[in-house]
Amino acid sequence: MNLSLNRIKSQNQMTNIYIGSALLILSILDVFLNSFFRINISGSLPGNLSIFFPLILGFLGLSYLRTEYSGYKFLDSLNKNINTNNFNAFLTLFITFAILKAFPPALSWMILDANISGDTKEACTGTGACWTYIKVWLKRFMYGMYPNELHWRINSAFLLVIGLGFVGYFFKENLKKYLALYYVVIYPIIAFLIIYYLISGGSFGLVWVETGAWGGLSLTFIVSFFCLIFCFPLGMILALGRRSSLPAIRYISVGYIEFWRGVPLITVLFMSSVMFPMFLPQDFFMDKLVRVIIAITLFEAAYCAEVIRGGLQALPRGQYDAAKSLGMGYWKMHIFVILPQALKLVIPGIANTFLALVKDTPLIFVVGLAEIAGMLALAKTNPKWLGFAMEGYIFAAIIFWIICYAMSKYSYNLEEKYKTER
Amino acid sequence: MNNKIKRILPQLLTILFVVFVFGFFTINAQVNMDNRGIDFGFGFLSQEASFDMQFTLLDYDGQDSYLWAYVVALLNTLLVSFLGIIFCTILGVIIGIARLSQNFLIKNSAAWYVEFFRNIPLLLQIFFWYYAALRALPLPENAQPWFGVTYMTIKGYYIPSMIWENLNVFISCLIAAIVAIIFIRIYAKKIQEKEGKQLPVLYMSLALITILPLLSFLMGGVTLDFEIPVLKQLAQTSFIYEGGVALPPELIALVLALSLYTSTFVAECVRAGIQGISKGQKEAAASVGLTPNQILKLVIMPQALRIIIPPTTNQYLNLTKNSSLAAAIAYPDLVLVFAGTALMQTGKAIEIVGITMLTYLSISLAIAALMNWYNKRIEIKEK
Repeated sequence: MNLSLNRIKSQNQMTNIYIGSALLILSILDVFLNSFFRINISGSLPGNLSIFFPLILGFLGLSYLRTEYSGYKFLDSLNKNINTNNFNAFLTLFITFAILKAFPPALSWMILDANISGDTKEACTGTGACWTYIKVWLKRFMYGMYPNELHWRINSAFLLVIGLGFVGYFFKENLKKYLALYYVVIYPIIAFLIIYYLISGGSFGLVWVETGAWGGLSLTFIVSFFCLIFCFPLGMILALGRRSSLPAIRYISVGYIEFWRGVPLITVLFMSSVMFPMFLPQDFFMDKLVRVIIAITLFEAAYCAEVIRGGLQALPRGQYDAAKSLGMGYWKMHIFVILPQALKLVIPGIANTFLALVKDTPLIFVVGLAEIAGMLALAKTNPKWLGFAMEGYIFAAIIFWIICYAMSKYSYNLEEKYKTER
Repeated sequence: MNNKIKRILPQLLTILFVVFVFGFFTINAQVNMDNRGIDFGFGFLSQEASFDMQFTLLDYDGQDSYLWAYVVALLNTLLVSFLGIIFCTILGVIIGIARLSQNFLIKNSAAWYVEFFRNIPLLLQIFFWYYAALRALPLPENAQPWFGVTYMTIKGYYIPSMIWENLNVFISCLIAAIVAIIFIRIYAKKIQEKEGKQLPVLYMSLALITILPLLSFLMGGVTLDFEIPVLKQLAQTSFIYEGGVALPPELIALVLALSLYTSTFVAECVRAGIQGISKGQKEAAASVGLTPNQILKLVIMPQALRIIIPPTTNQYLNLTKNSSLAAAIAYPDLVLVFAGTALMQTGKAIEIVGITMLTYLSISLAIAALMNWYNKRIEIKEK
């Protein structure tokens, strides 16, 4: 292949470059005009040839352009990056053309032909997406069936909880030693109280809103937030238990971790919704949301424990020996020497566990809690708004994608940061 | 003495705590079940299930027992997992290798593919494929054939089914070929260790695996017919395809979402594995005079696989567990059929959720045990 193409090349490098760029530009132009303006220059060619025409042209063009060194910066970087051999040239063209072909339809569906004005289905007349649907349902997607006039309660609760999360940054030097205590014990309790009194209401003159009305993205946040702050301490205890020298504690921890890691979350949720009430005293009522949060916490704690165990194992033995030789006991050694170092090591792993947790929360839809997937299912089957499933799922996907992508980038940055420190 | 108490006391307390929790739950469950008039037991498994399933691999109807419904549903779960694992491996390997490509475009497209599919919750992806993408497919009467004989419609994917005659002869020929190949490999290894001679094992294996089954067609009386799906009118506006195999849209959506989602993780495993091999290995192998093929087969792959396989198995396990999301789009898998319908009908929450969890747990533990065995086997034996 290579040989035969080399034979048709001219001896003069400049001629090759001219012919090559002409062919390449022609082929890209053909695809571009075809997809953006529906003009088909190669339409007169017989049959399937018109489909392959730009590919063949571009392929020839790239093989003309392929030289060891041309002196033009752009051409050299082109050759080095996307045009190293025939196979690469073909893949390059294929991807470029696929993007060129897919871009205009996607663009016109998403933006150009889309509607966002109006308040009813009738406003959507174009062939594109109907963002009116999202606009009308936005409050439901965000807050579920929570009464419209009370949305400020959710907003302010979230702002307060997030604000309190940053309080640790402003601790004075002499308070720094209480940082862990604050985040592990005090913060969760305050956050729980804020969410309970502000979002549930029932006292301080606020109207009671039962958890059945909670929903949408705010419920996703509430569930992931609580699971996140509760599963971490539990996971730490389990990780220490698994590394313990006491056989009973070790085996119980191993059994716990392996059990929860071996079952799918959906069965755990089923358990929390249908089986768990059977295990509670007769007249003891526990809200479904609380049961679900407990279930997810127990589940994720097992994963957390494994991550933390990795950090504990990665510490050199010398750290343990040094702490022991200073006469430290088990708890002193772990709290002051081992855990601070081990936890630093596992921050990226923990971030990944939390990412998985956030991605898992839509599952609570299966046991009837109407977080965003549940609200989408509700909106989709509303007789006034039939046929807009695509818009709804794309909207939810974009939101989750942004959240998860930001989290994964953040965890990657943390990883890089701690890598250099060691 | 003091030391002994220090060791025994925490253990005793932990055990007491666990016993207390379990005891508390058991007593409550006892009381609750007494009050509701439910008794604990697995007798219901032999009762008539009396519900139907949309899609089954084995024969099943409402008159069969709950136990049989369990087996059929478990097979459905395993089918989804199996298909998902195959597709996610193929995709994952391609994407993982593409991420290491020198080609700027390919490298970045692969990276964006990974970032895109990894960061959207699986449940939303399943919903997207099932409720949005597959609903946009044509009705059966408007469907254009794919590859001439298969039809992708809103009601599912219709493919030709195979009708075998003397299938057992064919299968025994296939098994014989595989056994022969194993023996040839062992023999070839022996020869190589003894005399340093290399037999063309690959060609011999290829020849065996094609010729033996082919012989069964020519001489063993094996025949293979295809039943092609044909459009049939049920009512004025209702059409279906008859004959062949119909893959329901639930299955397609599930396999698509699972394999696209998991392939991103497999791709990362593959990339990490290949990157984990130092360049010196390749150069050393080249300098002892191995051919590029031999370098890949004898030096790079064995080492890369050692890094790739354990995390990849973990991903397969995740895929199997995630296949339980089938319940959300009503694909009759273990969770939907057993923890959903059967639980609704019998009310035996503890038994049924327990069985379901135990099933997944045993699959996980079995694979984990296999993995540990494999890891031990391929461990670098340091002297």
